[in-house]
Amino acid sequence: MQYSIKAGEEVEKPSAVKYPSRPWAATLILVGGMIALVFGIGLCISLGAADIKLSVVWDAIFHFNPELTQHQIIQDLRFPRVLGGAMVGACFAVAGAIMQGMTRNPLADSGLLGLNSGAGFALALCFAFAPGLPFLYLIMFSFLGAALGAGLVYGVGSFSRTGLSPIRLVLAGAAVSALLSALSEGIQLYFRIGQDLAFWYAGGVAGTTWLQLKIMFPWVGGAIIGAIMLSPSITLLSLGDDIAAGLGQRTKLVKLLGAIIVLILAGSAVSVVGVVGFVGLIIPHLTRMLVGVDYRWIIPCSAVLGSLLVMLADLTARIINPPYETPIGALIALIGVPFFLYLARKERRAL
Amino acid sequence: MSSIESQTLSADRRKKVRDITVISIFSALIIIAFMISMNTGFIRLSPMELLRTLFGYGTDKQELILFEFRLPRIVISVLVGAGLAVSGCILQGISRNALADPGILGINAGAGLVVMLFISFYPTTTAAPTFLLPVLALLGAGLTAMLIYTLSYKRHEGISPSRLLLTGIAVAAGISAVTIVLTLNLRPDQYQTVATWMAGSIWGSTWKFVLALLPWIVILIPYVMSKARVLNVLSLGDQMAQGLGTRVEKERLLLLAAAVGLAGSCVSVSGGIGFVGLIAPHLGRRLVGPRHQALLPASALIGGFLVIVADTLGRWVIRPSEVPAGIVVAVIGAPYFLYLLSRTKG
Repeated sequence: MQYSIKAGEEVEKPSAVKYPSRPWAATLILVGGMIALVFGIGLCISLGAADIKLSVVWDAIFHFNPELTQHQIIQDLRFPRVLGGAMVGACFAVAGAIMQGMTRNPLADSGLLGLNSGAGFALALCFAFAPGLPFLYLIMFSFLGAALGAGLVYGVGSFSRTGLSPIRLVLAGAAVSALLSALSEGIQLYFRIGQDLAFWYAGGVAGTTWLQLKIMFPWVGGAIIGAIMLSPSITLLSLGDDIAAGLGQRTKLVKLLGAIIVLILAGSAVSVVGVVGFVGLIIPHLTRMLVGVDYRWIIPCSAVLGSLLVMLADLTARIINPPYETPIGALIALIGVPFFLYLARKERRAL
Repeated sequence: MSSIESQTLSADRRKKVRDITVISIFSALIIIAFMISMNTGFIRLSPMELLRTLFGYGTDKQELILFEFRLPRIVISVLVGAGLAVSGCILQGISRNALADPGILGINAGAGLVVMLFISFYPTTTAAPTFLLPVLALLGAGLTAMLIYTLSYKRHEGISPSRLLLTGIAVAAGISAVTIVLTLNLRPDQYQTVATWMAGSIWGSTWKFVLALLPWIVILIPYVMSKARVLNVLSLGDQMAQGLGTRVEKERLLLLAAAVGLAGSCVSVSGGIGFVGLIAPHLGRRLVGPRHQALLPASALIGGFLVIVADTLGRWVIRPSEVPAGIVVAVIGAPYFLYLLSRTKG
């Protein structure tokens, strides 16, 4: 525990005093969360427009029989969809945790800072000008788009003489998101890509395919492992640049690596489910309350909790109004908005 | 002493002259934009034909195009631009925050949600709904504004501008989420209408809509103009304003109601056009200074000019189809907003 933070060592973050590091709680979350994930995956596969018995789910996954329709449904539709939801949830949550840690901005989230709408814009372009582009390319463009969104927001920050306070960063994010969404809407209306893009833009895991998962997995897996490796440095950065630099950290390098990881995570997640906000805002906060301020615990726990959240949201989206699907982006926003408001009221510091 | 007096006098006069110049220049620009806009579209008319038609000597076809399609649309653009600009001007004045705008504060989204609901249940645009729409939009805008006000109000602190903005952003996000859910349950044909509406296009372009919007603009803008002095005092800060004998809370609520009324009624015919309420007052401030007596009319004219130009550009860029004006404004407005954000402190 060479980096563990004791209560009272920090001047900057009063929250650290409230949430000392709790490795036991974190271990519990990781183990319990993993078990919950496995059960959740089974549950999410079995529930839906047509319910399927859990035993059938088991058979469909481990003793696949292509003659049975139910097995077909599970293998082709539900299983990839549920895995996609879990993966995407982990992506958004870890991206949010890294951003909040690095910028020390409690409101940082890939959705609020223009990354999601940037990726969405890039994808709208792909849909319009190169329909039927293979998914691997889509993911690449999605990264580029996320980088464009983030670059615009941070560019504004770097031009301002005083840097951006949390609230101003959020405003910049809102403006960049408005711009990129407007452009996406324009493309959508002009090319009449219409409701399919809208569905995708509102956030849905419905169309996830095995191919997408295969292509995404190495990126996401690599990025999350990278995030866990970087986590001690992020903990240091969350104390402030000066302290981190004083302890001999190469802050520029850490920030660059962190930014690359965030772009990969946000970009791949958006390319699969579209623009879903607030996961990266809620989950890291929740995790910090549970496990304290050490990012070596926050990042893996965020990944697990984020997976659970998106998976459950997707389940809700399927069973709330069958056979129609409710976009998960909207569902999560309904939880996320009150949470954001609560944070905005609570933050007395520097807002 | 006398030299100072004469200096201030001449400075005052210079200000007056400058204000009048700015206002006349933008009035002229609107007229020019009006002429160009009348000529933009599938069928071109020469300036002479245009004038002839305007004075009633054109062919039936020309008259139909101008009077039934283009003219109402242009009038609506100007009204909407002016309304949104004045609304933004008020919000910036009472929140003492240069970044306030009905779009960012979610007031547009709230009005939009109600209108959306209405469109999905009453796909027809017969006479009664036309007059209902502004009222409904107003209801949505008013409820949203109340929600934001309540959520960002803290006892012993009142309203802090930054909390107001954050709350607005959050509420806007929540309302957009609900709106998205609703749009997905629409039929594809309804969807295209609603999507176009949400992107901010001057869709209500018939005389009926002009009539529905006009009373709001004609009553509210002069009312706000009469409150110009109060706005000046409010922007000095609450304590100063109270010291000067202003009933701060009451005036602020009245002005907020006016801002909501303007934004709501405009959004009902134009959809979600953002950034006009932000940019117009800013440009106005740079040109005529912070006194609301000059700032309000200047903002109104700049706003009208912006929306006319945006709508015309939108019709011209990818003719024969069109880009919604809201998208054009966002493409111009968002970069300007970011530029402001990087320039201002705090």
